[in-house]
Amino acid sequence: MSDAAPVKKGKGTIFLTLEVCKGCSYCIDFCPAHCLEFSREFNRKGYHYPVLASPEDCTGCDLCGLYCPDFAIFGMRFKDIEQRRQAAAPEPLIPARG
Amino acid sequence: MSATDVLSCEFENPVMPYLRQERLPHIWCPGCGIGTTVNCFTRALADSGMDLDKVAIVSGIGCTGRVAGYMNLDSFHTTHGRAIPFATGLKLANPELKVVVYSGDGDLSAIGGNHLIHAARRNMDLMVVCVNNFTYGMTGGQVAPTTPLGATQTTMPYGNFETPFNLPFLADACGAVYVARWTVYHVKQLAKAMLEGLKKKGFVFIEAMAPCPTLYSRRNRLGDGVDQLKYYKEKSKIVNGANTKDVGLSLFQGDIVVGKFVDRERPTWLDAMNEHFTQHFGEKFTPYGVSHAQD
Amino acid sequence: MHADPKGVLTGIHFIDGDHAACEGALAAGCRFAAGYPITPSTEVVERFAARIPLVGGMFIQLEDELASSIAIQGAAWAGKKVMTVTSGPGLSLMMEHIGLAAIAEVPSVWVDVQRGGPSTGLPTLPAQADMMQVKWGSHGDYEPIALSPNSPQECFDLMIKAFNLAETYRVPVFFMMDEVVGHMTERVVIPEASEIEVVERKWTAKKPGEYRPYETDASLVPEMVKAGDGYRIHITGLTHDERGYPALNPQAQDKLVKRLINKIRANADKLVDVREDGVEGADVVVVSFGITSRVAGAAVDAARAAGIKVGHLRLVITWPFPAQRIRQLAATVKAFVVPELNMGQMALEVERAAAGKAAVLTLPHAGGTVHEPAAILAKIKEAAQ
Repeated sequence: MSDAAPVKKGKGTIFLTLEVCKGCSYCIDFCPAHCLEFSREFNRKGYHYPVLASPEDCTGCDLCGLYCPDFAIFGMRFKDIEQRRQAAAPEPLIPARG
Repeated sequence: MSATDVLSCEFENPVMPYLRQERLPHIWCPGCGIGTTVNCFTRALADSGMDLDKVAIVSGIGCTGRVAGYMNLDSFHTTHGRAIPFATGLKLANPELKVVVYSGDGDLSAIGGNHLIHAARRNMDLMVVCVNNFTYGMTGGQVAPTTPLGATQTTMPYGNFETPFNLPFLADACGAVYVARWTVYHVKQLAKAMLEGLKKKGFVFIEAMAPCPTLYSRRNRLGDGVDQLKYYKEKSKIVNGANTKDVGLSLFQGDIVVGKFVDRERPTWLDAMNEHFTQHFGEKFTPYGVSHAQD
Repeated sequence: MHADPKGVLTGIHFIDGDHAACEGALAAGCRFAAGYPITPSTEVVERFAARIPLVGGMFIQLEDELASSIAIQGAAWAGKKVMTVTSGPGLSLMMEHIGLAAIAEVPSVWVDVQRGGPSTGLPTLPAQADMMQVKWGSHGDYEPIALSPNSPQECFDLMIKAFNLAETYRVPVFFMMDEVVGHMTERVVIPEASEIEVVERKWTAKKPGEYRPYETDASLVPEMVKAGDGYRIHITGLTHDERGYPALNPQAQDKLVKRLINKIRANADKLVDVREDGVEGADVVVVSFGITSRVAGAAVDAARAAGIKVGHLRLVITWPFPAQRIRQLAATVKAFVVPELNMGQMALEVERAAAGKAAVLTLPHAGGTVHEPAAILAKIKEAAQ
């Protein structure tokens, strides 16, 4: 999985550990913004997993996280992501001169 | 897939600090609702601000009985039906602990039914979470004391003809100070009930209805776990303060009343003991478990 | 370490075995007991309930023996020394939790004031018919410890030993009284607390993160912590690894079950507690335990007066069984006589240990009263032929 920054469209986004997803569809059916749908691909266990089909609608409310019985998915608001990144940003290290 | 579809876990899932991550993935089936109740419980723990070193969880045996083993708390996976008396001993031996019993409907209300009613009667300071999936999942889908009339189970192959328990009514009648029922569709309310339960002193009983897609739903042709959640959504009515007499679930796929039914005050067993002994013995008696500073 | 004086009722008392057993438990440091009323054991918890409020501890009468026998295990994990008290029918209900105490290694004392059975049997009359039940009653393999007092004084003294062994080995320890020992009133001397040695729980010195609940050293007995101390332990009745996590495979099962057995078998020599009277050079040795040992003593005296070379070996610790000592004696004696208030339970062990080298004459008794000394004497005479 890549570490790419989420493309900002809505107010938040989802994070997924796709290999533990068992495709129960709780998150997809009960997402209040209806922004998730099943992937076309399978994970290694053979389940379709959720993908953020309409990122512009995701609010990062984390209701998907509260529903997910496999602890696979959770949502975050962009403002919280920024805050966490800033808080977690390591002190820059100046490379030693050769 | 594109980077926007599925993002890597740069951030940890907020439930992870509450779980024994080295034990994941868990054993529950796809679409099983037990994991969802665990999310709600971790949310409640987080919101409670409690010192988690002082929270212990006790389970019996069965699918829900495995919850204790996944929680990053002092956790005890005991014998079938006996989580409540184990928890009673743990709590009374160290009243500083908040002790949570987390088990299934068969464990708590069939084999453990006697302990359930007596702990409620005594107002033992325990929070009991009963995940009700209407069946014995671990053993393959046998009839439970909660199975609705007409539902088919392996040991009721022609449909259940036994009247099930109305668990909130039972807990209420026996003296529980807090009784609520939610389903795993009602995640926010369930998390809030668990938070209130953690903060409540006395015997708390929270019924959490959850689907068992592998055994209950499949045998009764009810579809997947998510189909049960849709049923909960469609057929449940929130009636806080409902008379627990009226909240039985005996009809197959019938209406469901959810809500906080009971919230009252009554001295706990330990408070009653301390008060009584203080009256009886006077200054000779040191109230038990009130201060552990000298221990 | 010495006993906590708060629990020690120093002095000379005229009390029955049930009350003495309770005083022994309090002196040993027992501060949590749970039980359900059952004749002829109830006086133990009645006294505990009366005494504990001012000693500082907890008694709760629970809804049944299943609850009592697991509530004590919850309390043990909160750090208390614990006991439950029952008689035959209650003990039958406790079987599953004996297994939990064995596999989760919960230091605990289980008092069984034996009465006639099976089933409701003879509630107010004695028997010694639960001996094999405590050895084998719970499913699976485990090695319990059992002690058999024969007087109120021993109910006090051996109870302290029972708690000390429970803490040392982290096993369920059975205190095998019977109705006669429980209800007989005699002089009981309770010494000063400073004269009573008690064994403290084997607490770990490790920090959270370093500690693994079922890691052991050469003693094979793991160190313990209590809930609430930040270790975040997981304890299960499932087969588990050193972390306490379920490990459901033959390798983990082999490792765990063998350790549970070996921690007692490796210490069997230390655990043996027999009282011998004239066994060296004897033709006949009477092997007895509990109340029967007192009747047997009278028969042995009478046999000696009749010129028979008879010895008496009394089992104070019945489990583990002193097989090696019996084997040694089997090489020199003609016969063993085994009187007991059951249809022949410990006699099976004597036969096993004697391995055909000496005759074993059983003297079973269905219970309800004790043997007539004359019956034991007759059996000794038969053995001496």
